Amino acid sequence: MATRLKESDVVILGVGLVGTILARELTRAGLEVVGLERGEPRFTVPDFQAPAMHDELRYSIRKSLMVDAAKETYTFRNSSAETALPIRRIQSFLPGSGLGGSAVHWNGQTWRFHDADFRMRSHHDQRYGKDFLGKQYTHQDWGVAYADLEPHYDRFEYLLGICGKAGNLQGVKIAGGNVLEEQRAREYANPPMKEPYGSAMFRKAAASLGYHPFPSPSANMSRPYTNPEGVTLQTCVFCGYCERYGCEHYAKSSPQTVLLPVLLKDPKFHLRTHCQVQRIDLDASGRRASGVTYIDGQGREVEQPAKLVIVGLFALNNARMLLLSRIGTPYDPATGDGAVGRNYTYQTLSGVQVFYDSSVNINPFMRSGANGTVIADFVGDNFDHAKLGFAGGAYIGEVMSHGRPIEFHPTPPGTPAWGSEWKKAVVRHYNHTSVVNVHGSSIAARDNYLDLDPTYRDAWGQPLLRMTFDFPENDLRMSAYCTQKATEIAKAMGARQVAGGPRRAPYTVTQYQSTHNTGGTIMGADPATSVLNPFCQCWDVSNVFVIGASNFPQNASYNPTGTVGALAYWAADALVKRYLKSPGPLV
Amino acid sequence: MRASRRWFFKAVSAGGAVAVLPTPGAAQRKAPAAAAYVFFNPAEAAFIEAGVARLIPKDESGPGALEAGVPSYIDKQLGGAWGAGERLYRGGPWRPGTASQGYQLPFTPAELFRTAIRGVEPKFPKMAPQEQDAYLDSLQKGKHELAGVPSNVFFESLLDVTIEGFFSDPAYGGNRDMAAWKMIGFPGAYADFYEHVDKHGVAYNAPPTSLAQAKGHRHGHAS
Repeated sequence: MATRLKESDVVILGVGLVGTILARELTRAGLEVVGLERGEPRFTVPDFQAPAMHDELRYSIRKSLMVDAAKETYTFRNSSAETALPIRRIQSFLPGSGLGGSAVHWNGQTWRFHDADFRMRSHHDQRYGKDFLGKQYTHQDWGVAYADLEPHYDRFEYLLGICGKAGNLQGVKIAGGNVLEEQRAREYANPPMKEPYGSAMFRKAAASLGYHPFPSPSANMSRPYTNPEGVTLQTCVFCGYCERYGCEHYAKSSPQTVLLPVLLKDPKFHLRTHCQVQRIDLDASGRRASGVTYIDGQGREVEQPAKLVIVGLFALNNARMLLLSRIGTPYDPATGDGAVGRNYTYQTLSGVQVFYDSSVNINPFMRSGANGTVIADFVGDNFDHAKLGFAGGAYIGEVMSHGRPIEFHPTPPGTPAWGSEWKKAVVRHYNHTSVVNVHGSSIAARDNYLDLDPTYRDAWGQPLLRMTFDFPENDLRMSAYCTQKATEIAKAMGARQVAGGPRRAPYTVTQYQSTHNTGGTIMGADPATSVLNPFCQCWDVSNVFVIGASNFPQNASYNPTGTVGALAYWAADALVKRYLKSPGPLV
Repeated sequence: MRASRRWFFKAVSAGGAVAVLPTPGAAQRKAPAAAAYVFFNPAEAAFIEAGVARLIPKDESGPGALEAGVPSYIDKQLGGAWGAGERLYRGGPWRPGTASQGYQLPFTPAELFRTAIRGVEPKFPKMAPQEQDAYLDSLQKGKHELAGVPSNVFFESLLDVTIEGFFSDPAYGGNRDMAAWKMIGFPGAYADFYEHVDKHGVAYNAPPTSLAQAKGHRHGHAS
């Protein structure tokens, strides 16, 4: 029998980046907010401190900050014809667990999408003709435009103190910044970080080929910064322990370093950790959420009634929560009907290794998560696709984040995987190799989707989320094209040897690729093909809002977090200015 | 040589109180072999010691996995939480999957190693190095079934833990004296590179720092 608690104005599922922002905005509007977090409370001091935090085995290899697959994982198959099996070890993507969520162990690359990304379907139809890719692709418009989100991108970037250089300030192009970006109202909050050696060589090579290199926008600080909430970050020291680690230096933006110190002092905010939400409860009509039911750390079932439910879990878990709660209609790939779980997309990554003479010291360990130099010349629709036979693109850049040797010990092609030759090659190339990354988009395809697994369950007895995914032909073509461009730049970087290749099918869960899992609770203007309206509000249950990369109808070339943050402020703005005054559908 | 290495591991694993290295005299003493390992039996230890010595051999570029203490690392990992299936989803049913679906055997790492080593060639530790390499190559290519474990699955796991043990912090039992880090020039657990990162191409020659040596860095929070 569940213990029923007193009703709260708001309950937030997941106290990560989205949950923290929404809690701050809604408590500020005068509401009582309960934040439910499945993991443990954790803070820069004492949890992220040296020396223990700088342990590659514990954090990178054993993945101590990530979800514990023994309790909760996903099942996976490449196609509906296969039987999905559990991902027994989390490897290909790394959802975090605990206060702050995945924004504790992220790298900090913080981008804005292009306007054409938000209008992908209508933009394509206009520029290239209707269905120029074929009917197997289900990409669509978001229902919001870049201009709607610009003030919210701005607010998010100033909260985090993003370091970068504007390339398009109110329409004025500025050399050295990303001249291909959409226009921004003001300069970045902080100047770019220092440029490492490999990045500098990439910049010169890319410029020599006529491209437009610029510093990658970073949530690792280039100088001390006090954000509009009054919280202060410190300068990044390039320690080389960023992604997969908590930052001991207060130098990486995370909920702990930008907002939680303020939020946790607010008496209207009530943080509860070790709470595993089982479902959002609906009233008898099925059109209104009455609250949520969770299991606490002692195994007790607790019902938390609430007037408003905000779902801010990891993207995949947002989709799972709606499916477990029977909100919306599950997607059926056979008919194309239903929207929950539809348009699951990913990120299409590849890389080119650049092997130098042993006189060239790259010092790969002097890095941060998000420093580097990149080009956007092959991003999204920044180049003409009419004769290429694919849509989308990639940013290409030298954005190495570390030189930790269990993960990073590059050897040239043809080197054996072990033995004396392998060892000599590792010693020879470790400090003399740079990597050019190709960070590519992911198009929505009819056969790629999420639903509940019929067989496998989590430690609480709930069905696991089932992922059915393989790289669509469109993205393999995109990767081949962009990786070729990256190889040409790499060859201009003055190396002895260049090696790499495009992303190839099948997608496999055994190799780390990216934690940019997107789609499944997509937003849009049409309730038949989207789960959420353009304000991130459930079409079917108007007091449930879902915010995350799960809202993306397809994934763009850039990293998703900047857009997730913009959506969080965009939805918060609609909630505070409109919904609270007159609760009900905003569309 | 083997006795002195085991003596050293025994001394370290006995706790922080034993911080002194064995004197040359002590190193010559015969220590009981069983005390050196918490997981491996003697036959398993013999296979692992011989195997890792071929995967990462001692050569002119520096010490190999055996000299760096990797068998002790693997032993502690298999005897601890990771060996018992930490962070491994163990719910059934178990079914053979595709390569894309990853590991789908019901064995924990400890069970996998124990089972597979029962099926390896018993003469392996006494083979000539070239023969050992040929046998390891056949394991890697999946040419054997090792008491129910496909040999390529076991080999990949063995290679993974060997590389982990070689390059992880010495606190875990391998990478003794930070030999692997010194060999490649990795600075280890802590360094502040703010003043170095834009001095392009300058070699960083400071000795590496282990977790045991790294001092805590406290930072005040302004809010």
